[in-house]
Amino acid sequence: MGQIYDFIYNLLPYLGMWLQGFLRGLGLSEEAVFLVVSLIKVFLLASFGLAGFAVLTYVERKIVARFQDRLGPNMAGPYGILQPVADGIKLLTKEDLMPTGADRWVYNLAPLIIAACALAPLVVIPFGPGAIGADLNIGVLYAMAVGAGALVGVLMAGWGSNNKYALLGAFRAVAQLISYEIPAVFSVVVVVMVAGTMSTVGIVQAQDVPYLFVLPLAALVFLISGVAEVGRTPFDLLEAESEIVAGFHIEYSGMKFALIFMGEFVHALVVSALFAVLFLGGWQGPWLPPYLWTLVKIALGIFLFFWLRATLPRIRIDHMLNLNWKFLTPLMILNLIGVALVDKGLRAVGVTDGIWAAGLFLFNMAMLIGALALPGYLGRRARMAALAAEAEGVEATVAAR
Amino acid sequence: MLSAYAVVALYLLLSLGLLGAILLLWWALRPKKPNPLKLEAYECGVQTVGDAWVQFRAQYYIFALIFVLFDVEAVFLFPWAVAYNQLGLYAVIEMALFLLLLLSGLLYAWRKGALEWV
Repeated sequence: MGQIYDFIYNLLPYLGMWLQGFLRGLGLSEEAVFLVVSLIKVFLLASFGLAGFAVLTYVERKIVARFQDRLGPNMAGPYGILQPVADGIKLLTKEDLMPTGADRWVYNLAPLIIAACALAPLVVIPFGPGAIGADLNIGVLYAMAVGAGALVGVLMAGWGSNNKYALLGAFRAVAQLISYEIPAVFSVVVVVMVAGTMSTVGIVQAQDVPYLFVLPLAALVFLISGVAEVGRTPFDLLEAESEIVAGFHIEYSGMKFALIFMGEFVHALVVSALFAVLFLGGWQGPWLPPYLWTLVKIALGIFLFFWLRATLPRIRIDHMLNLNWKFLTPLMILNLIGVALVDKGLRAVGVTDGIWAAGLFLFNMAMLIGALALPGYLGRRARMAALAAEAEGVEATVAAR
Repeated sequence: MLSAYAVVALYLLLSLGLLGAILLLWWALRPKKPNPLKLEAYECGVQTVGDAWVQFRAQYYIFALIFVLFDVEAVFLFPWAVAYNQLGLYAVIEMALFLLLLLSGLLYAWRKGALEWV
């Protein structure tokens, strides 16, 4: 029994060791073994992304349907689980329509760039000790930088289509995606600072207490800006169906459309995987094997995305920009300074890890409550002043009569 | 470390190859019957007037400029954050001053109305 549990618990390392032993047994040189093992690894990772996309399309429709008291897809196969297959076949047999005025190269390359940039960060997501595509020492920076490349694809799609709705979508993409990059980067910097490394594996190993309970403010901001960067509701301004009929990908059909959608879903997957790595402690957890913990934590993040989509309406573009530039960005700058000073202070006093975590948690919560209370107070004061001015105006008119 | 980057390069090539293969399969399977009406730009059924390649509004450039400012700052922040545990209080206060300078720049842009969406 213990042996079986041990085998299941360490499935991925055992498989890796067995594969390497098997290849060496075939008489291959070290370089060849490395090449074959890496090829299998990257193939598994890429298929994880592609399969994740297929599963997520189904799961999203099913979950959102439940939120809205509907059944969702239920015709193709039992409970409709073959719906992604049916969609795939349909999209494969759709005609390729390129608008006459479009910029041929820009238009055709955009979906490829969006999908490739969304897939690329998966290589630094750890699924367990040793079970990672490549443990880069700049892992988090790589994930953020490459993930942001999708913006170029969105811009290319919007500009290359030569369509007014697509152009409006591209405009909004510029305003939104680059803006929310900043609070996301700041919350990542806070984590990197506390963990002392940029490697994803190192960050997971540094989390004796998940950083969600040490740096709750950074976690919240990362989540908000993550939703905004993926461009999902409530931040789906760049593809708002009811205003600009799908925005930047309006002119795409068939598989190119599917690639753009793949980009969006895989990006959501990557953001929740990064959230799991940075704030939920990655593969760490009791009883369950590491890879299952990783998947459970990713699924939690994804479910949160679907939940938000089913709950919140789309926000207005000026509100979206105000939230970022006038609230999240200054807040994160102050949070970064505050965390650095509080951490140095606690370390200088020489407290235990538990008290250190509690101290940072309390500081973050105090900052969050203060940050939420201040705009509320200012807004109330402004409203009261407006009401008073209005009442005065009414009195003046009455007196004049 | 170099071998890790080799894996990354392999992964990028392979994912591009897979996506390309999907597009190739689509190219083999899809019907090809274009006609001028189908290939018009979509505008909810209305005839397209003029070109969509107009000038960007200046407002977007201002946001992009502020973004570039903060992005360059991030370049300085990441190495500092990695070394943070080995740094003394002096380096922390110095970075805090740098961040406050940037924050005051943001506040200046705010006061000047650069952050207003008109």
